Amino acid sequence: MKYRSILAAAALALASAPMAQAGRGDAGNLNIIYWQAASILNPYLSGGTKDIDASALILEPLARYDENGNMVPWLAEEIPTVANGGVSEDLTTITWKLKEGIKWSDGTDLTADDVVFTANYCMAPDGGCQGLAAFADVANVEALDPLTVKITFDKPKPFPYGPFVGATTPIIQRAQFENCVGAKAPECTEQNFNPVGTGPFRVVEFRANDVITMEANPNYRDPDKPHFATLTFKGGGDAAAAARAVLETGEFDYAWNLQIDPAILSQMAKGGKGTVISAFGTAVERLMVNLTNPDPALGEKRSTLEGGPHPFLTDPAVRRALSLAIDRNLLAEVGYGAAGQATCNVVPAPAIYVSTANDECLVQDIAKANAILDEAGWLPGPDGIRQKDGVRLSILYQTSTNAVRQDTQALIKQWWSEIGVETELKNIDAAVFFGGDQSSPDTFQKFYADIEMYTNLFDGTDPETYMKSWTCEEIPSPANNWLGSNMPRYCNPEYDALWAKLAATGPLEERAEIVKQLNDMLVQDGAMIPLIHRGRVSAHANSLTGVKLNTWDSEMWNVADWDRQ
Amino acid sequence: MLNYTIRRLMFTVPVLLFISFIIFLLLDLAPNDPTGNLPMTIPPEVRQQIRESLGLDQPIWVRYLLWCKQFFINEPLNIIEQWFGIQIGDGDRLRVRSWATRSPVVDLIVERLPQTLWVVGMSYVVGILIAIPIGVVSAYRQYSWFDQIGTFISMVGFSVPTFFTGVLMIVIFSVWLGWFPSIYDTTLVVEDWASFMQQVRQMAMPVFVLALFNAAQISRFMRASMLDNLNQDYVRTARAKGLKERTVLLVHVLRNSLIPVVTVIALNVPQVFGGAIITEQVFKVNGLGQLLIIGIQGADIPLVQTLTFIFAVLIVLFNLIADILYGILDPRIRYD
Repeated sequence: MKYRSILAAAALALASAPMAQAGRGDAGNLNIIYWQAASILNPYLSGGTKDIDASALILEPLARYDENGNMVPWLAEEIPTVANGGVSEDLTTITWKLKEGIKWSDGTDLTADDVVFTANYCMAPDGGCQGLAAFADVANVEALDPLTVKITFDKPKPFPYGPFVGATTPIIQRAQFENCVGAKAPECTEQNFNPVGTGPFRVVEFRANDVITMEANPNYRDPDKPHFATLTFKGGGDAAAAARAVLETGEFDYAWNLQIDPAILSQMAKGGKGTVISAFGTAVERLMVNLTNPDPALGEKRSTLEGGPHPFLTDPAVRRALSLAIDRNLLAEVGYGAAGQATCNVVPAPAIYVSTANDECLVQDIAKANAILDEAGWLPGPDGIRQKDGVRLSILYQTSTNAVRQDTQALIKQWWSEIGVETELKNIDAAVFFGGDQSSPDTFQKFYADIEMYTNLFDGTDPETYMKSWTCEEIPSPANNWLGSNMPRYCNPEYDALWAKLAATGPLEERAEIVKQLNDMLVQDGAMIPLIHRGRVSAHANSLTGVKLNTWDSEMWNVADWDRQ
Repeated sequence: MLNYTIRRLMFTVPVLLFISFIIFLLLDLAPNDPTGNLPMTIPPEVRQQIRESLGLDQPIWVRYLLWCKQFFINEPLNIIEQWFGIQIGDGDRLRVRSWATRSPVVDLIVERLPQTLWVVGMSYVVGILIAIPIGVVSAYRQYSWFDQIGTFISMVGFSVPTFFTGVLMIVIFSVWLGWFPSIYDTTLVVEDWASFMQQVRQMAMPVFVLALFNAAQISRFMRASMLDNLNQDYVRTARAKGLKERTVLLVHVLRNSLIPVVTVIALNVPQVFGGAIITEQVFKVNGLGQLLIIGIQGADIPLVQTLTFIFAVLIVLFNLIADILYGILDPRIRYD
């Protein structure tokens, strides 16, 4: 640690010298720890956050989101809009202008050809490109001149900022990846491990699933940045160990995603070596309510529309009572600390999309929940469990295996027992629960349970694709191999029509109004019971400056500005 | 002896093939999915395409035969090419590729083997060096205070799990005292005295934690084996002949007592290669154990399949070696 303090002293001396000017590489080495190790540096071949964040140090998109969710031009001159002529009047094309003079780390120029190539690389069949969702509805990408790219869509796109905006779709170099398209993509190990980029750093050595050594990109566009000459991106271990390395031992400068017991984290933060930071994006931990019947007796028709409606969760009174019985603030405090807030919405951010129509649920009211059930005719049976016409309020409640989720389950089970609802808890390993194995009965798509809990979110700031998740055609069923994201099996023609209207509406205010209505339909119709608006928690050393935790883009988005105090 | 060895070696081929098939079947039946850990923002259709690009839509026997071809034919050819610098055929062969890193699994293993051999191997050596003297003294002075303390320490080493001792040591020596780093720096290159000391410091904790565990086990074997021999007639004979106590103990008793212990040590060598999954994870040593656990978590089937199969090969081989060693060390045992 002597090395570190000498460096810090040197940096301090530089900073305090009146004539000193911050320059590239004057802050020494930056140590970052991700407790999930990066496996690959090509974000098109891995959608994992760890891989996307690691590659964000090297590769850059045309535009990024800043920490407030606003789009900022990155490799592009400006954000194309209808007003500045960058987006056509009929909303079917968008034209990006690249900044002049941007060079790849190998010294060659970035051109529109590279952008076109990137699109073709991802859209090539058999490539298994993981960022493909961003290229939805793209008909053609062409270079008009060396610095201009035009993207044409199949249909009007009111929000045309899918491709090349945000961390998942950065530009890769044509010269490097030319022979790696389609089925050949995975075989290009050398390229996938050492991509040439325009970003502040370049790879020195990549050790898969372990550590990446990087150095400042000599051809980076800002001659004074990045401030760090070298960077170590270490992976592995667990969240608690990563937090300890920054907050207690000071071996590392930045640790990512510290979802650990909030009490332990605040205890570690007292070490005084680092600071815990959090920020909120669009992630919401919610209960999905199965509106179809998961009865095993139905066999193949279990949890499908054909199997018929759920025996009691289709009753609005039951769903409202279940929601009212939950103390969301306590759940946030126990499980998430600084990284959780109670919410009653499926879309919790950005601010313009947030509805206030459902805030009833923010305060727990067991008495009212009981009254609602009494009124609806659900009366306690001999065993204290409410029933009506021979149907008992008995719920199978599943989620993935995770300490915080099991705590939440236990608390909710307790509250539901207070309103006469019996709950059986089940937890399933995350790789199985979220995996799409057709032969497993335990996936979240099959939903062979009454209630399931997990977190969902959307990339960037536009919820259009996200809201599509609850249209009728997205319902998972044997017919579509259980692919689909409409877990509640919510099917409401009004919702579908409103979503279609959203997809055809341009002005932001009108879109926001529609999103609020869609959100309210989902919550009030009881397809979902939102619980916690989840934030990201990371930690950085006290000596590290310039960190702006960004939930809309990669956490590494502004690493060029990071500096040592 | 030679006949026996050849017979056993020939028998291992069908055994290993059978093992590889069972491993493949188990991994395939496990409800695990390589796209399970991806963020929720990747839609289900894209996940399906990813699975197809990994070849998961093929029937199981096709995937098994493909793996066999890649592992038993392509990879050895590749190694031969690299060793001798020659090219066989067009050199463009399908290799066993990890799904997470998309790179050849064998390269990943080669990259990680040194760390595992250094840390886990060193802990094994240290463990043996501690265990044998403790075992000898404990047996010679049975029920003395030394024996009691030795028994206590080995019970602690045996029963306290490494994920507890590891974290305890990190809290004491990294957080409170600041003597050792809590995270193993795998990029460190030993080139001078300072970097050598750095390497020693970062290896100290994982090696000690594992050595305690290994020593606990081996010292018990050593003690038991010594006790068996100390009461034998030949020991009395040696003493009656007027040999020095030192010679009796270190030449006659120790040599004979080492025979079963050597077998136990040989049988445990594959676990050195297998790495210590938990300890490597606790100290962030990028060894084979850590590679395996990352592969399991990410449902990286080619990686897990290849690693577990290599472990199976090592276990079968070292079982054979242990049997042969036993025959060589103990003239009373003959297999033919």
